[in-house]
Amino acid sequence: MARVFVITGSGKGIGREMALYYLAQGNVVAGCSRSEPSIAEANYTHFQLDVADEKAVVAMVHKVRKSHGGIDVLLNNAGIAAMNHLATTPTQTVQRVFATNVLGSFIFLREVAKVMMRAKAGRIVNFSTVAVPLRLEGEAVYGASKAAVEHLTRVAARELGASGITVNAVGPAPVATELVKSVPAEKIDALIARQAVRRFGTFADVIHVVDFFIDPRSSFVTGQVLYLGGAG
Amino acid sequence: MKEKILPIIYAALKDAGEELGKPELSRPGPETHLYGRSGLLDSLALVNLLADIEQRVADDLGKAITLADERAMSQKRSPFATAGTLADYIEILLSES
Repeated sequence: MARVFVITGSGKGIGREMALYYLAQGNVVAGCSRSEPSIAEANYTHFQLDVADEKAVVAMVHKVRKSHGGIDVLLNNAGIAAMNHLATTPTQTVQRVFATNVLGSFIFLREVAKVMMRAKAGRIVNFSTVAVPLRLEGEAVYGASKAAVEHLTRVAARELGASGITVNAVGPAPVATELVKSVPAEKIDALIARQAVRRFGTFADVIHVVDFFIDPRSSFVTGQVLYLGGAG
Repeated sequence: MKEKILPIIYAALKDAGEELGKPELSRPGPETHLYGRSGLLDSLALVNLLADIEQRVADDLGKAITLADERAMSQKRSPFATAGTLADYIEILLSES
C-alpha cells in the first residue's frame, strides 16, 4: 500500500536517492531542500525551504497533510557538515551546523509528530553519523550536532511511543556524496580504517536500514541508533 | 473571531473526552478546566489536544499556527488553563499570523 513520505534534504545525496527509491515503489513523497527540485515525478512535491525556518516547515507539513490526509513516514535527513580544528572553528559555523542539523531536525520531528499523533501511527528516522561513536578529530561541531540528534531520537521515541510512533536513527559510514567531497582523502581513509568493514558506505546500505525501521513489522523497534560499517 | 475558535476547541475536547473516557469533556464551555490545578487533562492529554486543535484551526480557518510558543510557556496565567483562555490565546496568534 502506498505511503506518504516526507524526506528532508531531498535535493541531492542520500535524500534524493531515498526519494527516488520510495517513489519507484509507488509511494507519495514530499521533499524539501534549499535548492530547486531535482526530481520531476507525478507523486513528488518539492518545497524549497531552509529546514530551520519554522514558519516554512509548519506551512509545508500543513500542505502535505491537507493534500494527502496524513504523513506515514518522516526521513529527517537534511544535514550539513563542517570539518575544522576546534581552535579554528568560527562560531558562525557552529550556529549554521546546529541550525540545520539540530533545529531543523527538531522542527520537522515536532511538526510531523503532531500529525502522526492524531493518526496514532507513524515512522520517523533521523540521521546521525559514525563521527559520533568514533569521536573524530576535526568533527567536534558536526559530531556534537549529531549527538544531539541521537538524544532527540531516544527521548522522542519514549514520548511518542504511546501514540504508535517509532523514532530511530541511522548512522551512515561515509558515502561518496558531496558532503564528504570536501574532506581530505587521508582523513576519509583513516576513518574507514576504524570501521569493522573497511569500505565506503553506499546509498543501498543506508536505504536497507531505513527500510527496516519503517517496516510495519518494526513497531517494537524504537529509540535505536544503528551505525553502518561496524563503527561504534 | 472567538465565535469561530471556541467550537473548534469544543470539538477537540469532545473527541478527547471520548478517547479518555471523561464524560466531563462532552459538554465543554469557556470555563472548562483543561490543565493545571483542577484541570481535566494530564500533560500527555494536553499535548494531544493542542496538536489536534492546531490541525483543526489549519483546516477550518486556513491558518497554520504553533501553540507551543515561547510566550505560552512563560505567561503567569497559562493560556492552557481553560477553554476560554485557550481561545483568547489562539485569537492572539491568529491576529499575528
